[in-house]
Amino acid sequence: MIELISNHPFAAAISALLLLGLPFGALLGFAAVKFKTQGDPIADQIEELLPQTQCGQCSYPGCRPYAEAIANGEAINKCPPGGESTINALADLLGVEATPLDAEHGEENIKKVAFIREAECIGCTKCIQACPVDAILGAAKQMHTVIVSECTGCDLCVEPCPVDCIDMLPIQPTLQTWSWDLPVPAEQLIASDSRDVMGAEA
Amino acid sequence: MRKTWNIHGGIHPAENKQQSTQQPITSAGIPELLVFPLSQHIGTPATPVVTVGQRVLKGETIASGKGFVSVPVHASTSGEVIAIESRPVPHPSGMSARCIVIRPDGRDEWIKHRGIADFRSSDKAELLSLIRESGIAGMGGAGFPTAVKLSVRDDQNIETLIINGTECEPYITADDMLMRERADEIIAGTAILQHLINPSVQTLIGVEDNKPEAIAALQRAAQGSNIEIVSFPTKYPSGGEKQLIQILTGKEVPSGGLPASIGIVCQNVGTTVAVYRAVTLGEPLITRITTITGSACQQQRNFEVLLGTPVKYLLDQCGYNAQQCSRLIMGGPMMGFTLGCEDIPVVKTTNCILAPTATEISPPSPAQACIRCGLCAEACPVSLLPQQMYWFARAKEYDQLEEHKLMDCIECGACSYVCPSNIPLVQYYRASKAEIRELKQDAIKAEHSKARFEARQERIERQEAEKEAKRIARKAAAEARAAGGASGDKTDAIQAAIERAKAKKAGNAVASTSTNNMATKTSVEPLNSGSDKPLDAAQAAIEKAKNKRAGGGAEAPTRESLEQALASIEKRLNGAKEKLQQAEQQGSDKLDAFRIGVEKTEAKYQQAKTALDEFIQANPAQQSAAPAAEKVKLTGDAAQDAIARALAKREAASTMTDEERLKNAISSIGKRLDKAREKLALAENEGSDTATILAESISKLEGKLIDAQQAFDEYQQQN
Repeated sequence: MIELISNHPFAAAISALLLLGLPFGALLGFAAVKFKTQGDPIADQIEELLPQTQCGQCSYPGCRPYAEAIANGEAINKCPPGGESTINALADLLGVEATPLDAEHGEENIKKVAFIREAECIGCTKCIQACPVDAILGAAKQMHTVIVSECTGCDLCVEPCPVDCIDMLPIQPTLQTWSWDLPVPAEQLIASDSRDVMGAEA
Repeated sequence: MRKTWNIHGGIHPAENKQQSTQQPITSAGIPELLVFPLSQHIGTPATPVVTVGQRVLKGETIASGKGFVSVPVHASTSGEVIAIESRPVPHPSGMSARCIVIRPDGRDEWIKHRGIADFRSSDKAELLSLIRESGIAGMGGAGFPTAVKLSVRDDQNIETLIINGTECEPYITADDMLMRERADEIIAGTAILQHLINPSVQTLIGVEDNKPEAIAALQRAAQGSNIEIVSFPTKYPSGGEKQLIQILTGKEVPSGGLPASIGIVCQNVGTTVAVYRAVTLGEPLITRITTITGSACQQQRNFEVLLGTPVKYLLDQCGYNAQQCSRLIMGGPMMGFTLGCEDIPVVKTTNCILAPTATEISPPSPAQACIRCGLCAEACPVSLLPQQMYWFARAKEYDQLEEHKLMDCIECGACSYVCPSNIPLVQYYRASKAEIRELKQDAIKAEHSKARFEARQERIERQEAEKEAKRIARKAAAEARAAGGASGDKTDAIQAAIERAKAKKAGNAVASTSTNNMATKTSVEPLNSGSDKPLDAAQAAIEKAKNKRAGGGAEAPTRESLEQALASIEKRLNGAKEKLQQAEQQGSDKLDAFRIGVEKTEAKYQQAKTALDEFIQANPAQQSAAPAAEKVKLTGDAAQDAIARALAKREAASTMTDEERLKNAISSIGKRLDKAREKLALAENEGSDTATILAESISKLEGKLIDAQQAFDEYQQQN
């Protein structure tokens, strides 16, 4: 046997590799079937970071489609409701550079909530059909109203309203929700300094 | 002397407590207006239970607690409710909130109240309810409802009750004066708390060693009880709950945990007095001791203040000079906040009003860059890394902040105090904490919205599916109705024909072996004309089927029917060939289908032909002298007719005897000659240029006629 190997070192090496390869290949094949991942875990993780307003400002019909698109290489900076924090979180998750929000898809705004001027509402139910989270209550030819706690402020109900009776009102802070603002960093107190700092950081 | 422990870090700012301890506590009196914010505690704001114009008595409930973590609000003197409106409240935001405004009538008339003579015989739940209904919330500064804090679960074994008399923040002396003057009440209140939570090991009152009078007074009052007064070196922020627990017991409250989880309950001395008054005297929490201090006030002292008293009323009694005051602070210099106006009322948590001059507390100097000196980390009483957290807060790296236990920060401000660059570190932490809380709220809301969105999508899909199912059901019903109406005079064969036609309509190009006349045609038609005329095709199929049935079907084949069939197949064959040619020219992908169609039609043609031959041989009697071509009048296509006629003639000719054939030939040539002559006459009349061609053909026909006659003569001579 040893003689055989020493006489045919090349063939012996190849056959040894083949012998190793077969069981490992079988093992891998088995594992691929046994531990097959259901769905797209990356898209799931991305979706968890998105704000779920379902507003479509990213040009995808909802947060899930955008999450899937990001998983397939779409830019991460198209979510205005999520804003900078969402972009940072996505950048962390995907290990890519955090880019500023794409202005084409809207600006990061203060949180808003839809408000129906009920006296003007004609009860057409168009806003109800547009609302992605069923946050508008009403029936045909009955006054509609917004369930504030469910409204994501996605704006989608404003466009279909034939009498323009829906306003997007900024959410006012209450004593319970008020918080301190982050102080202005010392280096940015002087305008010329702040530019330099920005430049240095960029 | 009892052993005490030390806490990490801490600072020693100038105490400035002696200014306000020179005079005893005095009552501030009744102001012109009392303002009661509905939210003076942590938790749900109270709900007003009085109406504007209503007269209320001292101690009457004017707003009731809503929910578990909430306490009611009481009128602190008798008077009239003049408004329930939004007014500035003591809050760092300077925002307004709903308040009940009472104009006192000066009579200070108490509502009927009665204390519990022997609290030891009372039920714990009853006492807790009494404490809650007395509106008692932590008076050390946080304002957490005391009854909630005292509701210890049965499975939690509380070893130590700690009464917090530390008051570590500079300037504030409210608790100090309370301990000096009302030590008996504190000890009595502590006894009630002992009864409520039943500490199994010890009851301690922790007082810093900068308050010797208070310690002496408490020790006098505590004689004969199992309450121990513990003093320890002064250091800010020893008065923090967790810090005091560590100093007195050496135990650390775990991160994110409550003191009760390590068997300790901690209460402020002011709260203890409030509990005593509520239980023993039946008086709700309507007054508190508040320190008025700062160099902008001529007299710095402690007042027993009716809750709701505007700050301005207190300051006026102290010779307050607004010009000198750099900023008005509620609370101490370390953790207090600046008041926007002087009309803000004293609430349950207001332990101090500080009116410093600019020299006393200078406005914050501008912050400079962090030099990474590390003093903040040395000063932090919670052993955090303020400098690291500062950078993370600036970069908004909230994950990292949480990793660095930002949430354990007690916001004592020691780090900001020691910072040589004057960086307002604690502000960064406050802002970041709020941001993290908000992000968590957002995440919860996002999850909720997602669930709602998905539920909606599912519902819409289900509705669509239901609609579709209904539509299909309706369609099926309509078809069944139509079929039921037609079955009166039509048989299954017709239904089958309809179905076949439909199958073809679906675009199946391969010609089936169906016996239906039109089968091939319908299969070819949709290929060329698309599927825009499928209905016509189907109707045509039905008509044909009807005709066919009317024309014989089950009857024995006649020569006529066979010939008809042959002619029609022939016609189809030609059509199919034409289509094939077209397809070949256009390079259509249906070429194969056409070829198959043509082949099949040819096969059928052969079949029909042999059938006709057999029939003719079997029934020679029926032989007709008239050419079979005469019968073929089904179609209007002259060329195809001619071909069919010629074929039929050839067929007929093959079976004729020579004599007959020759006779036929002569008669047919004669006929053609007659016709040609007629045509020539017509053409000559009209002056047509075809006349010469016709004349030529006539002469040829004449020649043929002569040939035929000669052949006939020869034939007759031979026989």
